[in-house]
Parts: sequence; structure tokens; C-alpha cells
Amino acid sequence: MTILAKFTQLRESYQKMAAIGRDPFSVRFDGILSPTEGMLNGRRTILLGTNNYLGLTFDQSCIDKGVEALVEQGTGTTGSRIANGSYGGHGDLERDLADFYGRQHCMVFTTGYQANLGIISTLVGKDDILVIDGDSHASIYDAAKMTAGQVVRFRHNDPDDLYKRLRRLSDHPGNKLVVVEGIYSMLGDTAPLREFAQVKRETGAFLLVDEAHSMGVLGQTGRGLAQEVGVEADVDFIVGTFSKSLGAVGGFCVSDLPDFDILRVACRPYMFTASLPPSVIATSIQALKRMREEPGLRLRLNANSHRLYEGLRNLGFQVGPEANPIVAVALPTKELAITFWNALLEAGLYLNLALPPATPNSLALLRSSVSAAHTPQQIDTAIQLFAQVGRELGVLPDPAIVQAAE
Amino acid sequence: MTAELDEIVDEIISALGPTVQTPVTITTDTNITRDLGLDSLAVMDFVMVLEDKFDVSIPLERIAEVETIGDLARTIQDLRGRA
Ligand SMILES: Cc1ncc(COP(=O)(O)O)c(C=O)c1O
Repeated sequence: MTILAKFTQLRESYQKMAAIGRDPFSVRFDGILSPTEGMLNGRRTILLGTNNYLGLTFDQSCIDKGVEALVEQGTGTTGSRIANGSYGGHGDLERDLADFYGRQHCMVFTTGYQANLGIISTLVGKDDILVIDGDSHASIYDAAKMTAGQVVRFRHNDPDDLYKRLRRLSDHPGNKLVVVEGIYSMLGDTAPLREFAQVKRETGAFLLVDEAHSMGVLGQTGRGLAQEVGVEADVDFIVGTFSKSLGAVGGFCVSDLPDFDILRVACRPYMFTASLPPSVIATSIQALKRMREEPGLRLRLNANSHRLYEGLRNLGFQVGPEANPIVAVALPTKELAITFWNALLEAGLYLNLALPPATPNSLALLRSSVSAAHTPQQIDTAIQLFAQVGRELGVLPDPAIVQAAE
Repeated sequence: MTAELDEIVDEIISALGPTVQTPVTITTDTNITRDLGLDSLAVMDFVMVLEDKFDVSIPLERIAEVETIGDLARTIQDLRGRA
């Protein structure tokens, strides 16, 4: 038996999916034209599944800063910060992020995934308890696997359920760390963070919010959901990423906890991996600056989110509970979702196909993410294509039949 | 097997009702993933139901050791004993 034999079942379901059309896991763009357009199989394609919320990937000032750093400091740091030292930019970015969030401390990681993995697994020691939302991102589940402490789940976005579970643990002497997300990446729903903050206060737990999808999207100045609902003082740790609103790659955690910096010599996913290259640090610093200086980006993003969400909802599609930059359409079956996704791609619209087990409640989803850089026309084109394919596949009623019946 | 453990097994089996689609007779020796066709997420969700039913906290790392209904019942008995 080969060492890969255990994946026989996985291979079968993968092949079944790929047989319906293109393989969604290996889409390969011939070129990227702008934050919202790419070339795919020789065709101009609208990009509606990139998490490029503010559309900063082609911002000229970010590109200039990146090129400058590349020329002056080279292509990579070729090592970790504890072994090979930090460059000036790493510290500058940490200072800028701490300043943006109004916090004392910041640690930058090589990816957002590693930020969650490192911070959560290091904070929760063997006598502590990690308490996570049932619909948490894979990086949070993997952190849970890595932690030496106990792990307890609570029902998605349910503060009463969290309270009940923390109360059950009230005799346990360890620290409890509760982890939630600002905007959930599959359905675009936000956490009831005001209520979670209250539970945290009542039970004496620590609270970490992953603002991966809400940084630059929510809040008066773009700090995320905690700012939007006014509970930043209750949030002990904010984790975020440079790979979405900031258009680069990398992750971070900010906190006001005294002694936070000790994690730099305790957190293995920080210590034992190479630090971000200077060019990525430079574009991230500049993107953060652009985000702070231009709140108009967020307003445009918000308008686009509503345009797409309401457009799809009004057509009769089953969308998520809130209008956010993540707009997900649920389809009745996996097969239909795969066929729908293929038809949209053929018609020049790229978005994400999200299937169980990566989705909540085993939903089959077509997941869009809107950008400030989308024109209203691009959003309208996307809605039209959804309508057309939806009717062709019988997901939406045929208007001719509806009229005849009236 | 103790009377208490029997009771826990009965409770687990009755709680499984809505989760299990395949028509199988569930006993202490039933393997939860193989015989009942539950994936890891379904198992974790079922554990939440049991936590509420028995008013006990069942940490995820304890589930990793569980294979059969009997294992699960012993784990719950053990966790209850400590409460
Ligand atoms: C909620 C959430 N947390 C963390 C991450 C990880 O971020 P990154 O892609 O920057 O590693 C992602 C996205 O992949 C995410 O959706």
C-alpha cells in the first residue's frame, strides 16, 4: 500500500468535480490586467473572488515603494528575524500598525495563517482553555490542533452558547481565550461582537478577534468590527492579514497586554520561518498609509457590496444574512454549484466555488468578494450573468413562465 | 459495565437519532466514523449536543481518542466524575 492510499476517497471526489468542467483548484490566469480583470483561457475575465477589498494591488504608490525596496534591499531576507535579524521595514510596519490600532504592541508574521497559528497556540498553554466558534477558519482550527491546552467549540455566532460553555468551565483554574472573526469568510456574516464582549467581561476570559476580512472594510477608520461596534477596549488581541485589504501577503497581531513582546521568543511560527521580503513590507506600509488617507475607498467598497448583494438577492438567489464585501450565493446541490461556477467562468466571470467541508452547514456556495476598484458596470455585468446562468440552470424561475402564470 | 455507563450509552444513542441517516443498530461497539458515516465535523457538532445533554465540557483533544460509542460513554463518565 502506498503512503498516499489514504487519499483514495479524496481523489475520487476531486476527480468527480473536475469531470464537470474546469478544475476550480487549479485555475491558472494567463495574466492579471488590473485589480478587477484578468486573462483566463485567452478571455478578459472579471475578477470577483480575490479578497482585494480596496483594490490596492496595482496602486502606483505601493508599486513604487515595493520597487524601491526591491532595488535597495534585495529580493529576500533569507532567514528568520531571531536568527538573521530584522530589517528596518519590519519594525516600521509594526510601529505603523500599532499606531493605526492605537495599541502598544504589534508582531508581524509571514502570513495571516501563521499569525493565527502562532499567537493562538502560544497563548493557550497546557493549563489553559481555547474556546472557538464552530465555523472558525482553518488557521484557527490548526492552531487548536497545535495548542497544548484544552479546546472547546461553541455554536457559531451564539453568545448565549458561549456563555453556557464558559460557565461550565468556571471551576477550571486556567485562562480562557475566546476566538472569533470579524467577518466570516464564507457567508460574509459578522460576529455579534458587542454581546461576545459582554460575555468576555462577565466570565473573565480573554478575547481575540481575527479581523482578516474586516480590516479596511468596517469601522470609522477601517480598524474592523471591534471599532464598528465600539468594543475595542474589550478585545485583547486583534489578528489580521496583509493579503486582503492591503493587497500583499503577511499577517500581524496587535495588543495592549504588557509583556506581549515575550511572544517573539516563545512563538514558534514567528521564530522558525523566514521574515517577509523588504518589497512586501514596503508595499504593505504604503497600502496601510493609503487606506488611512483615503476613507473614500471604504465608502466605494461599501456601495459596491450593497449593489451586488441586493442585486443578487432581488433576483431571488439565496444570499448570506448581511450585505458585506463577501457575497455568497447558496445553491441546492454541490453538482449544481460546480456547473454554475463553470458557466460563469465560460461567460467571463471568476469567483470562488466553496464546497463542504470548507463551508458552514455543508452549503454549496458561489462566493464573491467585492472590491472598491470594481466599477458599477462590472457589478451589474456580474449580476446579469448570474441571472442568465441561474435561469438556464433552472435555479431561478424563467421570467416567461412567471409572466404566463400571473 | 456499570449501570451509569449503560445509561450514558442509552442517552448517546437516543441523541444520535437526528444525526445518523443510515439505518443501523447502534451498540457500545459501534465505530462512530466508520459505522455511522459521520465526518469529523459532524462528530464535533454531535459532541456539542452531548456537552449540553450531560452538562459537561468535552475538549476536542479527548474526542481524538474516541473510536466507539463505548469509548465516548467512558470519556463522558470520566469527565463527569471529575466535575
Ligand atoms: C478568517 C481568516 N483568517 C486568516 C486567514 C489567513 O490569512 P492569509 O491568507 O494571509 O494567510 C484567512 C484567509 O486566508 C481568513 O479568511
